[in-house]
Amino acid sequence: MTPATPLLPPAHWRDFLALTKPRVMTLVVFTGLCGMLAAPVGVHPVIGFTAILCIALGAGAAGALNQWYESDIDAVMRRTAKRPLPDGRMDRQAALHFGVGLGAFSVLFMGVAVNLVAAAILTVSILFYVLVYTVWLKRRTPQNIVIGGAAGAFPPLIGWAAATGDVALLPVLLFLFVFLWTPPHFWALALFMKSDYAAAGVPMLPVVSGERTTRTQIGLYTIPMAAVAILPWPLGLTGPIYGIAAVLLTGWFALLAVRVAKRTTHADDAMKPEKALFKYSILYLFVMFGALVVDRWFA
Amino acid sequence: MTPLEPNQADLIRSRQRGRARVMALLLGAFVILIFAVSIAKIRAGMPH
Repeated sequence: MTPATPLLPPAHWRDFLALTKPRVMTLVVFTGLCGMLAAPVGVHPVIGFTAILCIALGAGAAGALNQWYESDIDAVMRRTAKRPLPDGRMDRQAALHFGVGLGAFSVLFMGVAVNLVAAAILTVSILFYVLVYTVWLKRRTPQNIVIGGAAGAFPPLIGWAAATGDVALLPVLLFLFVFLWTPPHFWALALFMKSDYAAAGVPMLPVVSGERTTRTQIGLYTIPMAAVAILPWPLGLTGPIYGIAAVLLTGWFALLAVRVAKRTTHADDAMKPEKALFKYSILYLFVMFGALVVDRWFA
Repeated sequence: MTPLEPNQADLIRSRQRGRARVMALLLGAFVILIFAVSIAKIRAGMPH
């Protein structure tokens, strides 16, 4: 006889919600919504709502499958140790079934209720996040979030495709913008959470290559990110509202990134500039996409 | 099989009840959404 494994009571429904990473979902939903609102054609409110719901459910499914696969890493990181799986509030099979079911439902519903192009991109984004980022890259290379960042860059493309049934230059630039924004954003976080990542054996850039390299890379990635952020304006894809907002907001981002890039830390450093860059990078993305919608509607 | 302790049985029941309620709400919302999507597509003359 094998020793009996303790039976867990059924997980609380709030734990299933926590499995979907609701805070990450906020950014995904917002960029997806902005991609849809920036499209040149109107979309029926019910169809638009359904598309955004499917994006949110797809992101939730990807988050759940990520937590299912990474529960061993999450258990040793302070930031993630209280998640439902490492905390022992849910069994792994329930999380797997929930993630697969939610992902399949989001894609099928998007295909039936919205259109097949949006459903196809949603499928790619979920598979990319789960298979390419979580399973393949995250534990193997310090470039994990550079390539894996593409997964988080799909929502504006999906939102646009939901409205138009097609893909154009502007949503591709928005995809590139989020893709290039991801490394400085995550590396700023990795700089002040370095010990957590090292304890979990995740090869984030500061753990593998050191702080100096990470700081230089933050500075270097900010250059193409800034160019892509501003590019829609000179290309005539947006008006001056977005253009001026992009120049000012990106300028401030660049200043914070340069400050982080040039710094050398000492023992017991509070890492204030790194935390400031991380916090601002989230606000920056929200305001940039907000400015895009305002520009497309009012300019 | 060992019988469940009263506290554990209560916890399981209350979790099951909570999940059943949330599931009922979600299914109700899904039915309403399907109806609204159908109406929107019919009005727009789009194929189902």
